[in-house]
Amino acid sequence: MRTAISTLDVRSVATIQDAVAVMRDEARVPIAGATDLFVALNFGTLASRRFLDIWRIEELRRIAVNGDVLMIGALATYTDLIRSPVIAARLPMLAEASRLLGGPQIQNRGTIGGNIANASPAGDSLPVLAAVDATVVLRSAAGERRVAFNGFYTGYRESVRRADELIVAVEVPAVSGRQWFRKVGTRAAQAISKVVIAGVRDDRSVRIALGSVAPTVVRARRTEEALGAGASIDEAVQLLRDEIVPIDDIRSTAGYRRLVSGNLVRRFLADTQ
Amino acid sequence: MRLTLNGEARDAVSAPMSRLLDVLREEFGLTGTKEGCGEGECGACTVLIDGAPVCSCLVPLAQVDGANVQTIEGLGDDHPLQHEFMKEVGAQCGICTPGMIMAALSLGENPTLDDIKVALAGNLCRCTGYAAIYRAIMKANAR
Repeated sequence: MRTAISTLDVRSVATIQDAVAVMRDEARVPIAGATDLFVALNFGTLASRRFLDIWRIEELRRIAVNGDVLMIGALATYTDLIRSPVIAARLPMLAEASRLLGGPQIQNRGTIGGNIANASPAGDSLPVLAAVDATVVLRSAAGERRVAFNGFYTGYRESVRRADELIVAVEVPAVSGRQWFRKVGTRAAQAISKVVIAGVRDDRSVRIALGSVAPTVVRARRTEEALGAGASIDEAVQLLRDEIVPIDDIRSTAGYRRLVSGNLVRRFLADTQ
Repeated sequence: MRLTLNGEARDAVSAPMSRLLDVLREEFGLTGTKEGCGEGECGACTVLIDGAPVCSCLVPLAQVDGANVQTIEGLGDDHPLQHEFMKEVGAQCGICTPGMIMAALSLGENPTLDDIKVALAGNLCRCTGYAAIYRAIMKANAR
C-alpha cells in the first residue's frame, strides 16, 4: 500500500438519506465494492483522502421491473446481475458482460454503479447501458434527477455528476430485438478490454456502443444512421472504423482496435441478420 | 470494528481504511493469506466474506464490520482440498495456494472442469500450469 492509511478518513452510512446528507455537507468520495478505488489507493495514485462507505445501503441493491422499465440499484454486484432472473429475461447481454468482467472475486464486490462512477472508457458494463439508452438516476439532498446515460460522460473520466450527487440506480427501457455483446481482451477473465462492444438490433433500428475506442464509452451514431438508411455491411464497417478514435496504450494499439472494432461490427450485423 | 474471524468474534483496531489483507496478516498474524499483485488481478489474497470469495487487498476494514471472514487458517489442516493439493502437487512455490483453495471452496460436489476453471478464473498460478490444481480440486470434491 503506497498511500498512508492513517491519513484516510471514512464514514459509513446505511441509508440513501444519510449518504446524501453527508455528501451535501462534506466532500467525500463514495466507496461501493472498492475494486477500482483500492487499486488506485494501493498504487498511491488517488488524491482523495475522505471517503463515504455506502456498501451497506441495502435499498441500493434492488433489481426490479417498474412497468416497462428495468431498474438496477447502483450497488447490484456483477454476481447479482449474473444470478438475476430479471436480468436474464430482459437484458441478458448485461449478464454476459458481468460474467466476462474480472473473476468471481471481483464480480462479488464490483457494482454497476461503481462501473458508471469510475468512468473508465474500458468499463465493460458501459457499452450495454449505452446501447440500450439507459438513464442514470442521481440523488442529492436537494432531490433526484435523471440523466440520459449517453449524455452522462463529458470527457475522459468526467461526467455530469456533481460532487454532492450519489448514483442510486440505472434505468433501462424495454429492449426489443437481438442483444449482442463481445469483449476482446488478453483472456476471458481478469483482463481489461482492448475493445468491448454491445449491440441491439430490431426490425427498425440498429444500436451499437463501444468501449476502449474513445475517451468515453461511445455510440456509433454515424454507423447506426447509415445502416438505417440502407448502408451495406462493408460500408458500415468502414464508417465505424472512421468514426471511432482509439489510441495506442499498454493494452493495445489504435490500429488493432480499429481493425477489431470493424470486425466485431461485421460479426454483429451478420449474427443478427 | 468487530468481525467474526474463522468462527471467533474479534475486535480490530487497525485504521478503518486499512486493507483487510493487512489487518489479517499484521494485526491478527494470519499470514496464510498472501499478497500477490495488490490490485485484484491474481487472487492470492482471496478470503471469504459472508461465504463469498473476494480479494482481501481490495476490501477496507470498515466494510467487514459485523461480517463473517474466513481465511485459509479457518480450514484447519485436515481439509480434503489441502490433502489433494499436496498429493497432486497442486502447489509449487505455494504463494497462490491459499487463494486457490479459498476460491475452490465455492464449488459443490463433482464439479466439471469448466466449473473449476470459472471458479478459479480470478486466481493466477505461475508455477503449475493449473492442471495439477484442477486435478486436486476434482478429487477433493468427488463424491
